[in-house]
Amino acid sequence: MVAQLVRLKLTLLANTFRRSVWQTIGLVVGSLYGLGVLVLVLVAAVAGGAADPVVTGQVITLLGALVVLAWWVVPVFAFGVDATLDPRRFVTFAIPRRTLLTGLALAGLVSVPAAVTTLAALGVSLAWWRQPAALVAGLVGGVLATALCVVGSRATTTALAPLLDSRRYREVLTVVAVVPLLLIGPAFGWLADGVEVTVGGSGADALGEVVGPLAQVAGWTPLGAPWALASAAGEGAWALLVARLAISLATVALAWWVWDRALARELVTPRGGGTAAEGKGLGWFARLPATPTGAVAARAATYWLRDPRYAASVAMVPLLPLVLLAVGLSNGAGGGLFLVMAPLAAWILGFGISNDVGYDNTAFALHVATGTPGRVDRWGRVLPVLAGGAPLCLAFALVGCAVAGRWDALPALLGLTCGVLGASLGISSAVSARLVYPVPKPGESPFKSPQGAAMATMLAQMAAMGIVLAVSLPSLALALPAILLPQPALGWAALVVGLLTGVGVLLLGVRWGARTYDRRLPELLQQVMAFG
Amino acid sequence: MSDQTGPPPATPAPVPPPDPGAALSLRGLWKRFGQKIAVAGVDLDVPAGSFFGLVGPNGAGKTTSLSMATGLLRPDFGTVHVHGTDLWAQPDRAKATLGVLPDGVRLFDRLTGAQLLTYAGLLRGLDRPTVAERTEDLLRAMDLVGDRDTFVVDYSAGMTKKIGLASAMIHAPRVLVLDEPFEAVDPVSAANIRDILHAYVEDGGTVVVSSHVMDLVQRMCSHVAIIAGGHVLAAGTVADVRGAQSLEDRFVDLVGGRRESEGLAWLRSSSASS
Repeated sequence: MVAQLVRLKLTLLANTFRRSVWQTIGLVVGSLYGLGVLVLVLVAAVAGGAADPVVTGQVITLLGALVVLAWWVVPVFAFGVDATLDPRRFVTFAIPRRTLLTGLALAGLVSVPAAVTTLAALGVSLAWWRQPAALVAGLVGGVLATALCVVGSRATTTALAPLLDSRRYREVLTVVAVVPLLLIGPAFGWLADGVEVTVGGSGADALGEVVGPLAQVAGWTPLGAPWALASAAGEGAWALLVARLAISLATVALAWWVWDRALARELVTPRGGGTAAEGKGLGWFARLPATPTGAVAARAATYWLRDPRYAASVAMVPLLPLVLLAVGLSNGAGGGLFLVMAPLAAWILGFGISNDVGYDNTAFALHVATGTPGRVDRWGRVLPVLAGGAPLCLAFALVGCAVAGRWDALPALLGLTCGVLGASLGISSAVSARLVYPVPKPGESPFKSPQGAAMATMLAQMAAMGIVLAVSLPSLALALPAILLPQPALGWAALVVGLLTGVGVLLLGVRWGARTYDRRLPELLQQVMAFG
Repeated sequence: MSDQTGPPPATPAPVPPPDPGAALSLRGLWKRFGQKIAVAGVDLDVPAGSFFGLVGPNGAGKTTSLSMATGLLRPDFGTVHVHGTDLWAQPDRAKATLGVLPDGVRLFDRLTGAQLLTYAGLLRGLDRPTVAERTEDLLRAMDLVGDRDTFVVDYSAGMTKKIGLASAMIHAPRVLVLDEPFEAVDPVSAANIRDILHAYVEDGGTVVVSSHVMDLVQRMCSHVAIIAGGHVLAAGTVADVRGAQSLEDRFVDLVGGRRESEGLAWLRSSSASS
């Protein structure tokens, strides 16, 4: 049964090659990138091991702990966990849960990030190629570290899934998770200060002084323990080795137990359970004009507020001030950094509609059956973001200038923000009529990434981001010197150019998107229907 | 396929041009998905004012044909005329007279029932008072008044069908194309929906439904087409197509595939042996 689950995962992976050229390209690019990272890691490990095994071991421990942390935390907030083998699909097959869990864990190794992690975790033990005992300890540690990554990520996502499904809890959780991330910056700054005071010596020594204590701590944490096994063996500290081995094994066992419990609960709790919520009246449909465009805008506005998938894509926006505050405090850039807030928010907001048809899923059939024209569909999706986003960006710009004490930068900043908002909305409108990629289906957890989608998604988004950056270059070229030099005259030019770019790209993008939409309306529907 | 009146007479050599008087007139529709030919030359006239049933086994090409007939799927070859308007040449004009209930697609289910009907009405270009009035009428007709403010995502399967049907009817189309409209709908609601559809046909509308349930089609429809393997095997009034047989027997004769039941012996003994 375990082998069958792994084979199923491999078959599904092979089938993505047959389904979509873009997903294949994405997978190939991803694999090449992973291979590059892998080679880099191995070369660094071997070279470092030859030069200074102690420091190399400490660096491996630190980086390894970060990798494990990333495996645990990133899927919860960013990309979601690979949902190719959704445990719910196996509910009716009466597979013993232990077998199911083992199979899912092993099948979880069949993906580019997992393969790279596994090979790298095993490969870094080559740093101790001259000490057989340490090499063996390193290999054991690699296996444990991989298990910790895969099982731990399943445990966190499965255990938190019920909480993450409800928007209020997720917002709280996002804040809770962001706070420690915010502390990383100040922590480094504080450490660096301490080192400067105590050492002030040569570069390598200073590095060792910073890494040493950190690695010491990390080696005792569940995140770093498996990575520190080889170091302990290399130094001949056998008691330390046993202790770290015990920590690693206990953590894997605990993660396994959490996953097992959470899965057991999830399998008997139907999703979307709970009380049926009630809407009140017609909501936005009563407030916006009774035209087709107004109707699409009302529908889009309703979804922005009610569909957790949209909320997840813009969850960063309200947190931007917090993040910038922390970064600014930690590296001494101060309030100046707040000037970035408005353009960044504009960019994220505009990107929210870059795959809107994908978010509609097959409900989009209503637009096709009613013959809704492209102009109506595109503007209807753009207008709510424009209406909500423009005031927000303006407020961010004003706050940014106030905090930075740089009212002279306001014209340039406003120009840049308008340019970016218009450009990202326009490009999104154009791109989303052409490129549709799978996203979590309506009602699914926004933290599941659908089968084979991650790479295709990233490619599509990167292409769109590239275009947005390209069309924003003129306003950027004027606004940057205007703010940094500072050069107020250039600021006014940036305002004019930014406004022109924003409005122009928005109009052109929507028009181009509408024309594409009108031409390939049925094909667009078939594309989302193929997502299943 | 041993029946003498099988496929050959049903596909005459010269295909007449599209019938401008027909509510729906399909000519030479083809659709291929990869290696599989889903629809292989469907010619069909749905007379105006008929209650037309489309029956066929699973995978016969019913949904594919109806998708192409309503503008949801572009055919590889062939034409579709809706009351004489070429659907694929003038989609806006043709779609305005069509009401569509596709099978197996989602609805905008984060809207409430009333919001979804309003959305469909406004997309069709109706003004606000008309939309409000028809929304109330449709909610009442579909027995969904009590669930008007419930999100569609929380509806049962039958309620979802009904709200989808209502949003297909809100702009008073001349032709209603309904793919499996009675699936998962309870008998009382189904009877109410049938009454609505009959009244609509009596007032000059045309209804096309696809279904697996032969009895239902025989009782409900005036015309029927049997489709299998991507071809129309027989089409006409229900009386013509079924002759002296019941529609179900006629269907099985035409489509074939009944086997003498002897297989799955282990299934019968499973309770005893285990």
